[in-house]
Amino acid sequence: MSLNKKLVDMNYLLKEAPREKHFITGAQAMAEAVKRASVDMAIAYPITPQSEVMHLVGDIYAQGHIKEYYRAEEELGTMSAIAGAARAGVRLFTATSGPGLLRGLEAIVSWPGHRVPCVLGVLTRVINAPLSIQPDNIEMAYLMHSGIVMLHAENQQDTFDMTLAAFAITEKVDVYIPVSVSTEGFFVTHAKGYVEMMDEELAFNEPDPYKAPVPAMDNEVPPARIQRDAPVQKSNFMSYLIHSVWQQEIWDSNQRAMKYIYEYLGGPIEVQNPGADVMIVASGCAAAQAREAHRYAQEEGLSVGFVKVRAIRPWPKAEIREALATTKTVIVPEHNIIGWLCKEVKAAIPNSGIVTEGPRVYGGMTLPVELIMTEIYDALGMKSEVLQA
Amino acid sequence: MSKKITLGPVGYMPQSAPMMGVELSPEGKALLYGNIVEEDEAMRDAAKALLTMKNPTIFPGPMVLWDWKEDVADKSSAILDLASEIPGCKIIPMPDYRPKYPKIDVKAEINPNHPNLTILDNRIKACVFIGVHCHYANLSLRMIRAGTDCYTIAMCAEMGHEEAMASIRDVHASDIQRFKDIVIEVRNELGIEHTTTMPPENPSLPKEDWGALTPSDYGEYRSLIMSKKGEHVTAVE
Repeated sequence: MSLNKKLVDMNYLLKEAPREKHFITGAQAMAEAVKRASVDMAIAYPITPQSEVMHLVGDIYAQGHIKEYYRAEEELGTMSAIAGAARAGVRLFTATSGPGLLRGLEAIVSWPGHRVPCVLGVLTRVINAPLSIQPDNIEMAYLMHSGIVMLHAENQQDTFDMTLAAFAITEKVDVYIPVSVSTEGFFVTHAKGYVEMMDEELAFNEPDPYKAPVPAMDNEVPPARIQRDAPVQKSNFMSYLIHSVWQQEIWDSNQRAMKYIYEYLGGPIEVQNPGADVMIVASGCAAAQAREAHRYAQEEGLSVGFVKVRAIRPWPKAEIREALATTKTVIVPEHNIIGWLCKEVKAAIPNSGIVTEGPRVYGGMTLPVELIMTEIYDALGMKSEVLQA
Repeated sequence: MSKKITLGPVGYMPQSAPMMGVELSPEGKALLYGNIVEEDEAMRDAAKALLTMKNPTIFPGPMVLWDWKEDVADKSSAILDLASEIPGCKIIPMPDYRPKYPKIDVKAEINPNHPNLTILDNRIKACVFIGVHCHYANLSLRMIRAGTDCYTIAMCAEMGHEEAMASIRDVHASDIQRFKDIVIEVRNELGIEHTTTMPPENPSLPKEDWGALTPSDYGEYRSLIMSKKGEHVTAVE
């Protein structure tokens, strides 16, 4: 079944196709990307009210932009169904959030090992008790060791572009593991921003299920009768070695995604004012606030630079190390209590003592630019006005 | 040339080639010991290995064992041509990827879950992987580098393999024929006399008698047989 769209490659779609500016929410931006991705099947357990992405994807299914839409029983069912559908070689999308993500995590962490190509939207929300539906990206820490490729969107435009690029990256033969696109719930998903989009009659080329590092399950074609069986349980004799090299292969595949992050998204990081005394390193929504703090600092003539991290996995260790090579202080603003990005940055550089822990907000609190400015003034030995809550 | 990827055995739990910094070659190039080189250079080194190391063997995978799409028969035919020009070359297939339980017949086949058993038992010192899905080829090549001293050659229809000593990418039937020509060229340079000889029959496989097949011969796959024997199904979903 064809969706009767003009099919084009991802480089044309992202870099050359004419675009028009729209004013839409982050959730709409993700759904609009799905609209242009020739998605075969979207499987959902819509997690209201944190993200309406899967509601909107249901709408665009009804409008004829997606071939199949299936509402699962709950998130574990959703994520398991994604794995099952991937066996048939179709292009897949789902999205979830906070507690939903954790409920589906058992299936999600098995996706890379099963070589499941799909795109997962993660619209972050608090997961801890007490119950809250407010934004907080601590859930991304749970994904960081799963093997999946992780992109983190700063704003609505990033959400659109990264989601589209994710469909191309996940299906590369040398990658072929899931790609997640995370962004902050409410701050991005419910807020409107300008998004430049190409015509919705353009869509990404349809997938070739046989162009894969594992057999597609097609019972009509002989090589595909070979089940993509997880073999390790059946032979105690060799199970340890096969499992270990299998795990290596997942992380190798993750690493191979880096060249495509360069190709489609311009690289895993963006650097402003390299070589400054103080560098702010941030990802996702915190990067938007960090960008603003960087602008304030520029207006005040301060030696402050900014690194936006687009790719959390594969982790751009070499790029981060180079970007921070000569700086004296690193500030890492985050929307979570544990500081997962801060830990990664510290581990990437030889002089981790220059990294300031924070500022961090969590539980749904906003991240005022002034909070970052306070850290900048402190780092530069200047007096600062402490923000009064 | 400094060799990033060397003959094994390299150790109990070696780092993978990509984590050692080996990247897949771009289109039109090949990998030799983890370095990006011209295809001819990689093919010549691979040819020399097949001609000078003991028990050279080709491991065809499922993508060249079944005639499942247009170009496969040509490719399989080219593989036989290649094997016939390598003195003493055997063909041991990797027909599927499931572990052989309780015990693999190492004379008959190789399996990605324990490829070293076939390599070690047959004392194979140089081999070619072709028609194996990339995921399983990577696993096999890594285990072989870890635990054996076998020179590995990957002839891949996709992007190649970092773990192989020699990796040729985007392989079509014509590339296999070109490799065969290079094998003959190197063989003549080395002064090795050889008459074109087809590889021996696989000794462990019983003669196939398709006429006597029953559904039980399909084992766990018998549920996939949709029609009765002799029945011609014209309508499909």
